[in-house]
Amino acid sequence: MTLNRRAFIGTGAAAAALLSAPMLGAQGKPRVVVVGGGAGGATAARYIAKDSDGAIDVTLVEPTRAYYTCFFSNLYIGGFRDLSSIGHSYGTLATDYGINVVHDWAVGIDRDAKTVSLAGGAVLPYDRLILSPGIDFVDDAVPGWSVAQQNKMPHAYKAGSQTELLKAQIEAMPEGGLFAMVAPPNPFRCPPGPYERVSMVAHLLKQINPTAKILVVDPKEKFSKMALFQEGWQKHYGGMIDWIGPDFGGANVSVNPDQMTVDIDGAVEKVDVCNVIPAQKAGRICDMAQITEGNWAPIVPATMQSRMDENIHVLGDATNQGDMPKSGYSANSQAKVAAMAVRGALTGSKVFPAKFSNTCWSLIDTDDGVKVGASYEATDEKIAKVDGFISDTGEDAALRKATYEESIGWYAGITEDMFG
Amino acid sequence: MTTRLVVGLGAAMLAAGAAQADEIGDAERGKELFSMCSGCHEVGRGAENGIGPHLNRIFGRKAGGVEGAYRYSDGLQRAGADGLEWHLETLDAYLENPKALVSGTRMSFRGMKKPQDRADVLAYLRLYSDNPQNIPEADPTALAPEVALPPEVLALAGDPEYGEYLSSECKTCHQSDGNDDGIPSITNWPEEDFVVAMHAYKRKLRPHPVMQMMAGRLSDEEIAALAAYFADIQ
Repeated sequence: MTLNRRAFIGTGAAAAALLSAPMLGAQGKPRVVVVGGGAGGATAARYIAKDSDGAIDVTLVEPTRAYYTCFFSNLYIGGFRDLSSIGHSYGTLATDYGINVVHDWAVGIDRDAKTVSLAGGAVLPYDRLILSPGIDFVDDAVPGWSVAQQNKMPHAYKAGSQTELLKAQIEAMPEGGLFAMVAPPNPFRCPPGPYERVSMVAHLLKQINPTAKILVVDPKEKFSKMALFQEGWQKHYGGMIDWIGPDFGGANVSVNPDQMTVDIDGAVEKVDVCNVIPAQKAGRICDMAQITEGNWAPIVPATMQSRMDENIHVLGDATNQGDMPKSGYSANSQAKVAAMAVRGALTGSKVFPAKFSNTCWSLIDTDDGVKVGASYEATDEKIAKVDGFISDTGEDAALRKATYEESIGWYAGITEDMFG
Repeated sequence: MTTRLVVGLGAAMLAAGAAQADEIGDAERGKELFSMCSGCHEVGRGAENGIGPHLNRIFGRKAGGVEGAYRYSDGLQRAGADGLEWHLETLDAYLENPKALVSGTRMSFRGMKKPQDRADVLAYLRLYSDNPQNIPEADPTALAPEVALPPEVLALAGDPEYGEYLSSECKTCHQSDGNDDGIPSITNWPEEDFVVAMHAYKRKLRPHPVMQMMAGRLSDEEIAALAAYFADIQ
């Protein structure tokens, strides 16, 4: 009964308003509030609810009803997936796991009172709070660009309508036109992401606009899987992609969204589409909670607890944790460690040594997949890399195809692990 | 429990004496044992693909790599793409327990439990591959050092609760509903096969960088814990 009622309310429109009604509080049970329903938050909510068998009251706060994964959103741009195949809802978390899913924005955290306030007015008390808000952009990181300009020059670095917009702009490019990408400085979400995107844009343009060009301006000397991408760009898209690193002005870039120009170290280029991926920082709820140091939230590796507040755990892209890349896989891995620590603290269940891992697959062209990955452990100081691997250049076609197929299997696996 | 990884070859050879240290086994006896295989596999002059691929030049061949139009299972193709090659060690592991080495193989053979039987069959097959000299240190007949899993490791009773936590790492990629598109299923594995397979990754017999990395840092206790957990949920 409780489960059904919760499930109904959890996905219903009036969720936030009803939650403040006292009848709905699960009296006496420890309460966990999770902010952010991505790879970190959804996984943590599901594992805590699943493994505590109803002993912990779990509320998941996520503004969107349809969540589009950033991972595989480049494959949508390339035409390998449709948008609906990367969209997910929270229905199963509500119905099968008894999680209170609240579609609202978290707008404030009172660490002394241990409450989260929502834009809709509700105030959620917690015993443990899990913040997994992902990224926000650093103001003025690319001169001339601000979030207000995101429809003229999309970032498409939070998936959904931005990704759709970017793809539509690419499809509308004039014959022989120019696509520009302003790549971000380290550290940022999904290190191979911009370069997989370049590959997917090239794949799309090769079919619909083969004389079009791609210009990448990059403040970094090196990027993730650089040799693999450069080999693939040469092989599949020879002559289409120009990559400009810091030695040639890639770190001195401004844009003019009204004129659709990019200024690279004083040389002004007229562009048809401009994908600006600015410098990044922890989702702003971390700033509101005052748990950041610089742009990110530092954590205790063994438990993913904030270094500023032991009642708050932080996951995924928002954290400063050490050696793990900011990826959906990493967030999912960290969520399991945090879920175990939270259950241990609230119900006394056994806590085992933290283990972390990550793998990032990227698609360069049809059936040409590559991957990089590593395993990690918790030290006092940071999450430290133990062992790793990366695809080789020159691998045969069968292995690249198997790697791509494996990435499809991984997508199915991790999304089931997140959303049930 | 009879769970053994690739074992026995070294021990069997030591027992046979130093004079025969460069022999894999008794090829004559292997020829007789091969009658278990010959319903599906041909070997020797004029051998062709049948229900299974022919086994000429099997030593050194990439898994799923027979020339011609033989249609392999997805599992064998995947193992080949990941880098599995047939050498003495890998063939021995495959003969002992085919599904523990190659998930999804169609070879419906329960496995040959006696190390000496496997050694004899492989000695027979060895007659139909290149590189006629058996050199213990060199491919394709190189022998691994003795790697028997000690009885105390096999007797380890895993902690299912620990296994449940460890298994969460598996479920990032392997779907708990048993779907195996692109990535093999890990549900409904017999406990013993699971232990063998994980140790085969740990020893890098089974190919695949992600799994070798994941298994590589699991202790014997942790593998036992995982096996106990997966056995519990069957």
